[in-house]
Parts: sequence; structure tokens; C-alpha cells
Amino acid sequence: MPRIGVFVCWCGSNIAATVDIGQVTEAAAEMPHVVCVEDNKYTCSEPGQASIRQAIAQHGLDRVVVAACSPRMHENTFRKTISAAGLNPYLLEIANIREQCSWVHADRVAATAKAIDLVRMAVAKVAQHSALTSSTSPVTRRAMVIGGGIAGIQAALDIADAGHEVVVVERSPTLGGHMAQLDKTFPTLDCSACILTPKMVEVVQHPKITLYAYSEVEKVDGYVGSFKVTVRRKARSVDESKCTGCGACWEKCPVKVKSEFDLGLGTRKAIYVPFPQAVPAKATIDREHCIYYLRGRCRICERFCEAKAIVFDQQDEIINVEVGAIVVATGFQQFDQAAYGEYGYGEYPDVITGLEFERLVNASGPTEGKIKRPSDGKVPETVVFIKCVGSRDEHKGVPYCSRTCCMYTAKHAILTREKIHGSKVFIFYMDVRTPGKGYEEFYRRASEEDGARYLRGRVSRVYPKGGKMVVLGEDTLLGRKVIVEADLVVLASGMIAQPDAQEMARKLGVSYDQHGFLTEAHPKLRPVETNTAGIFLAGACQGPKDIPDTVAQACAAASKAAALLNREALEAEAMIACVDEARCSGCLWCEPVCPYKAISAKTISERVGRRTLTRSVAEVNPSLCHGCGACTVACRDSALNLLGFTNQQILAEVEAVCP
Amino acid sequence: MSVAKTKPEADGANAAAEWQPKIVAFCCNWCSYAGADLAGTSRLQYPPTVRIVRVPCSGRVNPRFLIRALQRGADGVLVAGCHPGDCHYSTGNYFARRRFLLARRFIEYLGLEPDRLWVKWISGSEGNKFADVVREMSAAVAKLGPNRKVREAR
Repeated sequence: MPRIGVFVCWCGSNIAATVDIGQVTEAAAEMPHVVCVEDNKYTCSEPGQASIRQAIAQHGLDRVVVAACSPRMHENTFRKTISAAGLNPYLLEIANIREQCSWVHADRVAATAKAIDLVRMAVAKVAQHSALTSSTSPVTRRAMVIGGGIAGIQAALDIADAGHEVVVVERSPTLGGHMAQLDKTFPTLDCSACILTPKMVEVVQHPKITLYAYSEVEKVDGYVGSFKVTVRRKARSVDESKCTGCGACWEKCPVKVKSEFDLGLGTRKAIYVPFPQAVPAKATIDREHCIYYLRGRCRICERFCEAKAIVFDQQDEIINVEVGAIVVATGFQQFDQAAYGEYGYGEYPDVITGLEFERLVNASGPTEGKIKRPSDGKVPETVVFIKCVGSRDEHKGVPYCSRTCCMYTAKHAILTREKIHGSKVFIFYMDVRTPGKGYEEFYRRASEEDGARYLRGRVSRVYPKGGKMVVLGEDTLLGRKVIVEADLVVLASGMIAQPDAQEMARKLGVSYDQHGFLTEAHPKLRPVETNTAGIFLAGACQGPKDIPDTVAQACAAASKAAALLNREALEAEAMIACVDEARCSGCLWCEPVCPYKAISAKTISERVGRRTLTRSVAEVNPSLCHGCGACTVACRDSALNLLGFTNQQILAEVEAVCP
Repeated sequence: MSVAKTKPEADGANAAAEWQPKIVAFCCNWCSYAGADLAGTSRLQYPPTVRIVRVPCSGRVNPRFLIRALQRGADGVLVAGCHPGDCHYSTGNYFARRRFLLARRFIEYLGLEPDRLWVKWISGSEGNKFADVVREMSAAVAKLGPNRKVREAR
């Protein structure tokens, strides 16, 4: 027989002013299995908690009801209290007579009657409580970072510096991501490569970091503390252990291909490294363009490779990596300008995107840092920048602000004025958004010191005329049409999610928003965690971000991952689903409703008479179950139940309300 | 708006002035229970007709629970969860939505008024919505009168 103690709280006058505590205690004393009722001015105070501990010892209580504020407030407090008195912490129930009674009703009689009902419900429920323990699972002390841009690099270095092994998976042949393509970085104008490449080198040299470049995540199984990740190491056709990156192969390779790294503005060979400072500095054969793979002849690279590193018949390699935490840093892609036909991107070579401009102005780019028009290689005298192409446009683009374009356009304007003396710069904008340290000053510098002409208005059309690009725009502040004959037009393209971001989200079991960006667990309070425990977000895969914000978020994700990996073992949720195997018919209707893939089939043997029969039943993985209870309703046999919220407990509450 | 709705009802129900409906509410822990708490911390007043059963998720609410409540004489049942798309467990409220759409038709089939079952999405920041729903539902259920049908058929 349960021995229940009920502790009614006055909460000063918060409860006592509206609820007649005396009547509640009298009524509670009459309830089944209640052996002790007390009231306290403040039950959560130390004397209040002491009285609970004393009563447990004195009356031999095995279950406790606290009628007080919301369980969201003090359930944990009182769990610790009864635990200190030797009871299982889950043998507690809270009757919420403050937030859901005394604070919302003025009528003392009705409020008191409701408070008694709430206590009766809690008593009925707690009588059915059982002691719960949470299982623990070991932690694999290794992290995986998916993506080798600045976010992934920073996260990997921070986790490794915290003393944990890190596996970095990058799908392109090199680390660096978009940051490697940039020239200077706002607002300090320091050279992107100068601050990035040392970090890239640090990644490969770090004793705790393993880098899998030119590799992709195929599959993710498991759960927090013990993920099993399948990684496909794509065939480079080059033995990474032998290749020295000397460059003899790509010098001799006869095939020229448009360089992805230079966004098609420059060329590379069929055997290549994407850019000179690539890390790892290992060559890769592009099998789509290599003559040997196309026609079966050539092999010039093999002839000139002194290290004998070329392996034409290399196969993709599948490897399994066990990790305890995953940081997703898969980045973004540039908005596709095809929607803006009126600007002629793709049709006219002298209409380019912001990222392409970065390559043109970059000393290691196809023009060696001299700004030249892609069409005829002339140095442009008049450059027009159009902002918000794709961003903040619900009709053709995306509704959000991409956050970086205002600043990089200001930077482009400064760089243009610096590199081309006497050049004219026009910037068409909707608004100038400069929230960030030193950002407004930087924009002021572009518009005031460097003489960029900011025109508030949209551009309706861009078309060629006699070797120039005519830009038809509007200055809405003057209410005038503006026509600029430009040599070069740069579209400040927004950031959108990676094309396969949703596929990645499904592999990881994390959620994504309507734009394909991965969603954080809470927009303010849990900005780098996902709803899947053990998976963290860093950088632009979560939403448009500039470099400072990306690095800050990567550090945050790394600290979360490191804190997780510092633990010996993880305590799982105690209130989880459980299977009554005797009742389970093995239909597994519960399996598809589980959002955490916690349910699987298990074969059991039973003795029926003299024979032993085997059959299949559902099994709940306690490390994966979050205790939502969706499976319990899907179960036709009522074989599944949710500990702490069992069918019996909920029905007991219902019957306590409706006697 | 909801207050204006309740007034004429209260006046018209002189015969059963003492009778107040009894509503069992299943509120999910993450949104609607928090919303009810917020109604409290904001000191919003609503009729003392509702008794909240805390559940982890609206997807945890078995239709059998509501049948039991109606059978035992509850005048109304409210199932409240996170807004679609905001479920703490990603998908629980979608299952609840489908289930209780059917359940309303089922209780109608049993001969009960479908308006005794309300399903509402109330977030943790919608204390005022929780209070409004209780006010509106109390008025609507009061209009239907006591639920005796299943109880008396026992």
C-alpha cells in the first residue's frame, strides 16, 4: 500500500489569499493512501524542504505530493528534496495550485474546490508512480566536423585543443570553403587567405585531427555519445600518401577545364589542386574531363609523377567512423541569378556576381588581382553594384536579408576605387544595413572618403550598348530616373542553403526551415544545438552569416561538443517508453511514428508448454527515446506505455476529476 | 470578444445558475501547459471550469482518455498542443491533429455533441490565448448543458 504525504504551500499570500489552505489540507487527509498532510508558508524554502524530509522519515512516506507552483518551476527542486530523504526522485507529483489556480481565479470558493481537485488528481497519479532510473550510455570521445570551411576549421581546432580527437569531412578536395575565395575581409580589409591558410595548415598538422578531404557523409546511425557515421572517400585517382603536391602533373596535363574555385573565370587542368594554398596539397583527377578516362589514352601525369602517386584504378573507399558528437558546418551557396533575367547575368559576361568580383580582385585569381572585364579584359572605369539581388525579394528570391552583401559591396567599392584610379562607383541599394563592430564606419568610409555614389532605388534593366552596359535605375530619394553607362555590373547575390542541405538534414535527423537552413533548438537560448542531442550547428548552414559571426558560432558549437565529450557517460531520460513484451504482437506500428528512430524489432524466445517459440516484438532504445509517448497511442495492444505518464496514471487523473 | 459571447449565455442559463461545466484539458508540457502557466503569471482570469492533465506531448493523448472522461461525466475535453510545425518532438501534434479530427466525428457518431471536444494549438507564449480558449470553450460547453448521455447509458 502506498504511503503518500501531501504538502500544501501557501506561497506567502500568492496561494493562501485565494485558496483556503485549511480546506485543502482537510480534504487531502481524506484522500486514499494519504497518511500525512502538512502546509508550509514557503515549501520551497529550506525549512519547507526540511519538513518534507522529516515527514518522510517520521511517517515512512514512499510518495510525495507537493501542492504549490508549476512543476516547470520547482519539480526538480522537490525531486532533489525527496531524493535526499532516500526516496526515488520520480516518486513525486506536483499539484499546480498557483499558476493554474490561485493566480487565475478570484472566487475563493471555486478556487478552493479546484485546488482540491488538483490535489486529488496528483494523489491519484502519484499512487501509481513507480521508481524510475535512467540508464547511462558511454561516450565515444571523438567528434566529427562536417564541412571544412572557416566554421568547420574553427570548430575542429577548438575541439581538438580541448583534448578530443576530431574527424573533419570535407567534400571538395581542399579545406577553405568560401572564405578561401575571398580577397579582403571587411571591415578591417585584412587579406582573407593570410588569416585563413594558417588555420588550414594547423588542421592537418594538429595531432588530434584527422582530415578526410574529397569525402562525403553517406549515413549517420546511432545517437548522442555514440554515432556511427559512414564516410565515402571519393577516389582522387591519386595516392594521398605518396603525392607531394609538387605540381609536375598539372603542369604537363593537356586538358584545360573551367575552374570551380575561380567560378569559371579562370581555368585549371584535369589533374589539379583547386588553388595553390590548398590543404591537403594533394592532386585530384577530375574523371569527367581527364582524357584517359574519356578515351583510354594519355597518362602523361603518370609519366611525370616522380612519386608514382597516380592510381588510375583507385576506387571509392567506404569507412566507418564512431563519434560522440557531430558539428555540422556545411555552409551556403550563392543565390542563383537566373531568376533575374532583366540583369542579364549569364547572358552578358560583364554582369558578374559579388563572389566572382572577389576572384577578379584577388591577387591569386585569374587576373592576378587586376580588375578586368571578363568580356575583353579592359580595366573598367565605371562599375555599378546592385544590392539585394535575391535577398529581401519574396517574388523572385528569398524573403530574408543575407546580412553580408551591404558590407561586401562597401568593400568592393573601396577596393575598386583603390585599384582603379579615377574610377566611378555607383551602388544601387534598398537599405544599408551595417550592424556590427566597425561596420557603419566602414560603410561611411566607402561613401564619404572613397566616393562611392550610393543611390537608393532598384534597377529595372541592364543591357549592352556599344561596349558598355547600360543600367536603368532609379534614385527614389530624388524621384529621378538614373541611367548609368557602366563597364562592369556586379550583383550582390544573397546566400541560400546548400542544394543538398535537406538531404543532409535527413541523414542527420535534424530539422530545417522553409529555406533549407538547418534549425537550431531554440533561436535565442540554444543557438548552436539542434533538436537531435549531440548534433551542433556552426556557420552559414544555419542561416546567412558573415565571418565574425561564423567563427563565434563555431567556437560555441565546439564548446558544446567538447563539454559533451568531457563526460564519462550520458544519463538518458528516465521517463521513456517501455514495452510489455507479453502483450506486444510485433506489428511495429509504433516504429514509423517514433521521431527518434528509437524503436526496432527484437526477437524473443518464449516457452509455450514444452516448446520454445521465437517471435518478434518491439524494443525501445533508452538512449534514443525522448519520452514523447507517440508510440503508446499508435500501439493497438496497449503494450507500449510511457513511464511517468502511463495510461493508468493519466486515467487515474481523469477519474479523479470525474468521480 | 469572447466575453461578449459568454454574457448572454450566463443570463439565459438562470435555471441552472449553479451548474458549471467541467472540462478536462490535456496540455502538452512544452507549449500549452507553459501557456497555461503564463496565463497565471500574467494574472489573466478565466472560469474555474478546467482541470489540466499534463502530458509530454499532444501526441501522447490516447483517444481512449477522452472517451473515459466523457464516460465519467466530463462536460468537455480540451486537447492542447504546440502549433503545427513547432512540436517539441517534431511530429507529435501532427498525429494528434489527425487523430482528433476523427475523434470529433467519432463522438458525434456516439450521439454526443462534437463541440464537447476542442483541439487547440497554444504556444508557451500565448497565455492570453489559453485564457481565451477556456472562456470560449466554457461558454460553448455551458450552452450544450451537462453531459449525461454516456453516463446514464451505463
